[in-house]
Amino acid sequence: MITVLQVQKPKLILDDGRRLDGRRPDELRPMKMEIGVLKNADGSSLVEVGNTKIIAAVYGPREMHPRHLALPNRATLRVRYHMTPFSTDERKSPVPSRREIELSKVIREALESSILVEQFPRSSIDVFMEVIQADAGTRLASLMAASLAVVDAGIPVKDVIAAVAVGKADGVVVLDLNEPEDMWGEADMPVAMLPSLGQITLIQLNGNMTQQEFKQGLELAYKGISTIYNLEKEVLRNKFAEIHEEGS
Amino acid sequence: MIPLEGSHYYPRIGDTVIALVEDVELYGWTTDIKAPYSAYLPASSLLGRPANVGEDLRRYIDVGDYVIAKVESFDRTSDPVLSVKGKGLGRVSSGTVIDILPVKVPRVVGKGKSMLETLSTETGCDILVAQNGRVLANCPSKEKENVLIMAIRTIERESHTKGLTDRIKKLIKESLGDNSVTSSEAQTNT
Repeated sequence: MITVLQVQKPKLILDDGRRLDGRRPDELRPMKMEIGVLKNADGSSLVEVGNTKIIAAVYGPREMHPRHLALPNRATLRVRYHMTPFSTDERKSPVPSRREIELSKVIREALESSILVEQFPRSSIDVFMEVIQADAGTRLASLMAASLAVVDAGIPVKDVIAAVAVGKADGVVVLDLNEPEDMWGEADMPVAMLPSLGQITLIQLNGNMTQQEFKQGLELAYKGISTIYNLEKEVLRNKFAEIHEEGS
Repeated sequence: MIPLEGSHYYPRIGDTVIALVEDVELYGWTTDIKAPYSAYLPASSLLGRPANVGEDLRRYIDVGDYVIAKVESFDRTSDPVLSVKGKGLGRVSSGTVIDILPVKVPRVVGKGKSMLETLSTETGCDILVAQNGRVLANCPSKEKENVLIMAIRTIERESHTKGLTDRIKKLIKESLGDNSVTSSEAQTNT
């Protein structure tokens, strides 16, 4: 007889109030960002959030092909979010799934509101994101990677996008969900912002939250975003600082 | 946020550009000026008369040629049109074209053309910097050309640092000094 090993929901919040990976409820995962990682692309970036790892590449603004799809008043943004077959526990088919097509659209719309697309009529900007390793929060890590790559490509933007997810695990509102919390938690709410404008470019909510919890979650997200935003600015500045030290 | 870097050139009327010819058409040429749009150079601008039907325009300018031209018209609704009417414009017949980032053009030219003057007097090359990020250099020797290319790459890399002109001057002098030694050695060997 074959015994089916049923995976049980683990305890998400430990007795000392910490989470499975030892973080406090309002603590972010360790983050790493890098720009200019690819030679062929006009702009590129590598973003790591915990175990999640994303590479993004941006081409353009360039002439739109096919020509008849070009928009007369602004640049067309074409976005592809894709997970590599080896990014998950079980091999993922390389064919873009329903989920990936939807996320491409969601990311495109969030990214489009940050780029000054009206400055490049009749042209196209192509953005590619590859998930190298998936461990919850890939859409937001991809969005940030894309935003950094766009900036690296020298395309004018309103602001760099900073994003973090909040959620509910075992009834506790937590910041920056990890894989088990994403899977077993009661709610997942990704939030992306243009921090210096105070505008939200993406917000989704999966699961149930009371009004109180929603407000608390959003406050938590604001805090996380401001930390991430400072990190992003530092990464962008460092690219030039390196040469400055060498020069002086 | 305004970018410090960018690999594309945004056309402006009156700019001098170096265009790379991509296609020969019936009445003109389609060229690449490193912009999000391809630029059109009508044959009438070069010939001073309308092109005859069936005339082979390859005789004048062919695919792969570089052309020094001015942007005659461009706006949000239509692609740029080039013109070669004017002094110093036309097909590039000699020299080397060096590609740089269009945003670094002001740095290669320098304040009051100081950098450009340094480059040309120190290397003895005849240099034209086009607004779209292409540099045409006519150099007296291959060595001097290599030094010039190295100097331009250094400017690109360190464009945001202070006192660059003086450092470039030193750099060129040093490398040319080395080169003249090696070339004289080469002469004694033969």
